[in-house]
Amino acid sequence: MADVSDAQVQSSGAAALEMGRLASKKSRSLWSDAWHQFRKHTLAVGGVVVLTLLIVATLLGPIVWPENMKTIDFSKSTLGVSLSHPMGTDDLGRDLFARVLWGGRISLAVGVTAMLVAILFGTLIGALSGFFGGFTDSALMRLTDMFISLPTLPLLLLAMYLFRDSLIGKFGQTLGPFLLLVFLIGITNWMPVARLVRASFLSLKEKEFIEAANCIGANRSSIIFKHMLPNAMGPVIVAATLAVGSAIISESTLSFLGLGFPPDVPTWGQLLNTSINFMEIAPHMVIFPALMIFLAVLSINYVGDGLRDALDPRKTTG
Amino acid sequence: MGRYIIRRLVTAIPTLIAISMVIFAILALAPGDPLSDLALNPSVPPEVRQRIRESMGLDDPIPVRYARWASSMFQLDFGYSFRTRGPVIDLLKQRLPTTLYISGSAFLLAILIAIPIGVLSAVRQYSVFDNVATTLAFIGFSLPTFATGLLFILLFTIKLGWLPSIYRSTLDTEGLAGVWERIRQAIMPVTVLAMFQAAALMRFVRASMLENIHQDYVRTARAKGLAERNVIGKHALRNALIPVITIIALSLPGVITGAVVTEQIFKVPGMGALLITAIQNNDTPVVMAITFMFSILVVFFNLVADVIYGVLDPRIKYS
Repeated sequence: MADVSDAQVQSSGAAALEMGRLASKKSRSLWSDAWHQFRKHTLAVGGVVVLTLLIVATLLGPIVWPENMKTIDFSKSTLGVSLSHPMGTDDLGRDLFARVLWGGRISLAVGVTAMLVAILFGTLIGALSGFFGGFTDSALMRLTDMFISLPTLPLLLLAMYLFRDSLIGKFGQTLGPFLLLVFLIGITNWMPVARLVRASFLSLKEKEFIEAANCIGANRSSIIFKHMLPNAMGPVIVAATLAVGSAIISESTLSFLGLGFPPDVPTWGQLLNTSINFMEIAPHMVIFPALMIFLAVLSINYVGDGLRDALDPRKTTG
Repeated sequence: MGRYIIRRLVTAIPTLIAISMVIFAILALAPGDPLSDLALNPSVPPEVRQRIRESMGLDDPIPVRYARWASSMFQLDFGYSFRTRGPVIDLLKQRLPTTLYISGSAFLLAILIAIPIGVLSAVRQYSVFDNVATTLAFIGFSLPTFATGLLFILLFTIKLGWLPSIYRSTLDTEGLAGVWERIRQAIMPVTVLAMFQAAALMRFVRASMLENIHQDYVRTARAKGLAERNVIGKHALRNALIPVITIIALSLPGVITGAVVTEQIFKVPGMGALLITAIQNNDTPVVMAITFMFSILVVFFNLVADVIYGVLDPRIKYS
C-alpha cells in the first residue's frame, strides 16, 4: 500500500479534478434539460408570453377596466373602435372589451378544468390498464375504444341541450353550464391520454429500476405513483397542453351553436353567436372574439409543440 | 385476410350496441319530456295525455324501451318526426346528399392540398417553403371552423361582395349560369371545412414522410442511382402514405360531424343543420336518428381504416 507510485496518485488526482469540473459545470435534471430545450423554440416561448398576457388580462382586466360589461345603453349601440371602447360596443351598447375580458376568463377556465378532468381520468384508466394488464387491461381498452367511436360533437350538443336547463336551475347561469361543459368535454377527451399512459406503463413495467423497486419491497402504490407515473408524465404534459386548446375550441363551438353558455354569460364563442346578426353593421363584434380564440389556441398549440420537442429524450442535445 | 375482416366486423357489433346504449341512456336520463308541449295545451286534458303516453310506451321500464328502440333503429326505422309528422327516414334522405356533397368535396380538396404540400415540406425540411407551410398549417388548425367561416363571410360577402353567404338548395337558374351559381355558393363552406382538415392532414403527411426519408431503403434507392423523383414518389411516398390513409379514413366522420358548424354558418340545408333545428324543436326521433347515423359512420370508417391498413401494410399479421 505504501509504494503507490507518484504517477498513479497524479492520474487519480486528475480524474478527481475532471469529475469535480463536470459536477460543478452543471448538474442537469430532466426538467432543467427540458427547459434548456424549450427555450430554443422561439415560437413556443412566444406562446408562453402571449398566453401569460391573456391570463393576466382576463384575471385583472375586469377589475382594472372601468367600463361595465353589463351596462345596457342603446344610444351607444354597435359603436366602432374608439379610445373609450377599444373593441367597440355590442348591439345593446355594452363595452365589448369588458365582455371579451370576462368571456376570456370563462373560456380559459373551461379549457383548463376540462383538461384536468380528461387528464385525471385518462391517467387513471391508462395506469390501471398498463399496470395490472390481463383482464383489467382488455376491459378498460374496450371501454377506451368505445369512447373513441362516439360521435363527439352530436353527443355534446345532445347532452348540453337535454341537461343544461336543469343544471342552470340548480347551480345558476354560469356555474351550471360550466360544470356540465367541463364534465362533457373531459369525458369525451381522455382516451388519447389513457393510451399514452398505458403504453408508457407497459414499457416501464419491464425496466430494471422497477424490478429494483420491487426487490427492495416497495409497495404497489409507491411503485405506481413514485416510480412509474413521473416517468410517464412527459407525453401526458404535451397532451394536456394540447387538450386545453381543443377544450377551448369545443366550448366556443357549443356556445357558438347556442348550446354552451346562455346569452347572459359572455364567452368568446357566445359573443360570436350574438355577432352573426350584426355582421354587416358591426364587423368588430366578429373580429375581436374570433381573434381572441385564435390567439389563445395558437399560443397553446405552440407551447405544446415546444414541450413535445423539449420532453422528447431523443431530441435532447448536450 | 377474409377472416381478419370478418373478425373485425364481429368486434364492431358490440361497439355499435354499446354506442346505441349510450345514446339511449342520455335521452332516457334527460329531464325533458317529449309531450311537454301537450301539457301546455289547455284543450288536451291530463287523462288524454296519459293515454297518449301509454300508447307510445313512454312509461314502460327502460330496458323494454331500449329493446324496442334498438330493434327498430337497426332496421333503419327511425319513427316519425314530432314536428313535420313525416317519417324521419324521409328527412334524412332529403338532407344527406347535401351534407355528403359539401363534406365530400371539402375532404377531397383537403387531401389534394395536404399531400403535395406535406411531401414537399418534408423533402425540403427547414427550407423557406417548409417554414411557411408548417406555420400556415399551425394557424389553420388553431382557427376553429366557425371563426374562419365568419371571417370569410365578413371578407368575401360583406366587404368584397364576391360570394353569397347563404347556401340555397332551391336554385332555379337554368343552364351554365345555374351551374356556376351552384358552385359559387359551395365555395365558402367547402373551403372553410377543407382548410381545417388540410392543416391537420398536412402535418401528418410531413411527419410520416420525414420518418421514411431517412430510412435505409431510401438511401439504397438513391445509391442504386434512381432519379430523385422516383426515390421520393415511388419509394418513400408509398410507404409514407400507409399511415396517412388510415388517418384519412379515421377523420372522415369528423369531417361529416364537423359540417354541423359550417352548415349552421352558411345555412346549408344538410344533416348538421337538421340536427340543430331538431334539438331546438325538441324533436327527439330526429335527434336520435342523426346521432345514431353519425355513430354508425364513425364505427364504419374505423373498420375501413383497419382493413385498409391491413391490405396496404404487409407487415401486419392477422393471427
